[in-house]
Amino acid sequence: MRWLIGATAVAAGGLVIRRLRGRSGRGDGQWPPRLPGRRRPRWHVATVNRPAETIGADGRLPEPLTGLGDAVEIQVRPAAGNRGTEIAVRLRDGARLPASAAVRRAVGRDPDQAIRAALREAKQLLETSEVLHPDAPPTTESTPLNQPLQAVTRDGNREGRL
Amino acid sequence: MKALVWEGANEVAVRQVPDPQIRNEQDAIVRVRRTVTCGSDLHLLGGYVPFMERGDVLGHEFLGEIVEVGPQVRNHRVGDRVVVCSFISCGKCWYCQQQQFSLCDNGNTNPAITENVWGSAPGGCYGYSHALGGFAGSHAEYIRIPYADQGAFTVPEGVSDERALFASDSAPTGWMGADLGGVKPGDVVAVWGAGAVGQLAARASVLLGAERVIVIDRLDNRLEMTRRHIGVETLNYEQDDIGAELLERSGGRGPDVCIEAVGMESHSGGPQLWYDQVKQQLRIETDRPVAAREAIYHCRKGGSVFVLGVFAGMVDKFPLGALMNKGLTLRGAQQHGQRYIPMLLERMARGELVTEHLGTHTMPLDEAPRGYELFKQKLDGCVRAVFEPAA
Repeated sequence: MRWLIGATAVAAGGLVIRRLRGRSGRGDGQWPPRLPGRRRPRWHVATVNRPAETIGADGRLPEPLTGLGDAVEIQVRPAAGNRGTEIAVRLRDGARLPASAAVRRAVGRDPDQAIRAALREAKQLLETSEVLHPDAPPTTESTPLNQPLQAVTRDGNREGRL
Repeated sequence: MKALVWEGANEVAVRQVPDPQIRNEQDAIVRVRRTVTCGSDLHLLGGYVPFMERGDVLGHEFLGEIVEVGPQVRNHRVGDRVVVCSFISCGKCWYCQQQQFSLCDNGNTNPAITENVWGSAPGGCYGYSHALGGFAGSHAEYIRIPYADQGAFTVPEGVSDERALFASDSAPTGWMGADLGGVKPGDVVAVWGAGAVGQLAARASVLLGAERVIVIDRLDNRLEMTRRHIGVETLNYEQDDIGAELLERSGGRGPDVCIEAVGMESHSGGPQLWYDQVKQQLRIETDRPVAAREAIYHCRKGGSVFVLGVFAGMVDKFPLGALMNKGLTLRGAQQHGQRYIPMLLERMARGELVTEHLGTHTMPLDEAPRGYELFKQKLDGCVRAVFEPAA
């Protein structure tokens, strides 16, 4: 049975590493596939349940997005199926080595994290007029066992698949 | 304030914790009058959901009185007696507009965890781990209610606290199983699990016109309660041949709709339970899906199976062959309570939906650890333990 647990742990570790590397091994649909190396920035897209004509109508997008400045490209377009508006954001000139991206991500300096957080906050502002905050002050206490979970939840808005 | 907190696997205690605060303009603060245990809490309690922190306040099914509102709360005032949906939903995103409130895009402040584990993040839930937002639960004197206009519902005069309490979670969850499971007049419905959610799924099936409703469990006191208060048939899987009985009671077809109201720690007779328990303890599978397997196996060809019990991760020996070859429809969801609660409160006011018998043990919050022990071990006929923080 131990070999099975070990294999599961190795597989889980591999998944975590792959996710930290930003799924760089997945390929981009091109044939022949690109060799691993520099990674082109991808579009992060959120669908907002508001008509396209109401978003940026005054020439300004919500502050979390404008706060990203010139470092990003932003596209706004109607969503298919009358589902509102798609807002797409990507780094303007961020071709990066996967290894350096993983390091930046680990220390919380990955621009993709900032894009995810900005998209989520902008979507909430457009749909509900506010950004939902977690409870505070917290009722929990730090222990050696829950510090990894606390690290994950500190970045709860900046990580994920968006 | 006082609150019941999770301290580690199978360890809870009543402790002093900071009072909740208004954090958003659409928040309210509720003084909790009644709060009740739920079978899904046991998954947290037992450490099966690995996203709990020491000090997390448990509880998600509750009723209380509004004591403070944020400046953007329009539908409620201080003093309102409200029952609150266990799921936190904004009411404005596409999913909420489709009445799929538990899938809310904006109710979970930690979307990364569930996006990575499940592919997408559902909404938030009170007292249900940091995977669902890390919001403090209701086993406390006070609780913060985000999006209060969406999730809090004024209880009609004439509906007691004891009855309205279950409009928070059990009743809408049960109703959703029958409604989205597609129960219609003339159907034969089988429900696995005679806890509060199973009983209320059975009652919903009756009210939606089912011809015959059969609830399956192994605890005689719960089955007797189901017959007496819900008025439906029952089977004890430790004494009855479930397959033969269901065929006999459905004209040899099998039930049209099968509702699983048990979840990831289900029991069974025979070696299946031991097999799943060993795998679960070794973390080779996270959930025990015995009742879900049974529901799929016994459902009639072309029938519908709805999973109401809470599952967290992976199951083993899932009968995909039966699902595919019998042409079944399989659905599941956390409860879309905002869709059903106003209607359920009206039915409670008319006496069509009676729930107070489910709160078998009522006690002050200080005794909540004892309440969870009674509830978990199913001692003294406990179906649900209700806590009164003000007592």
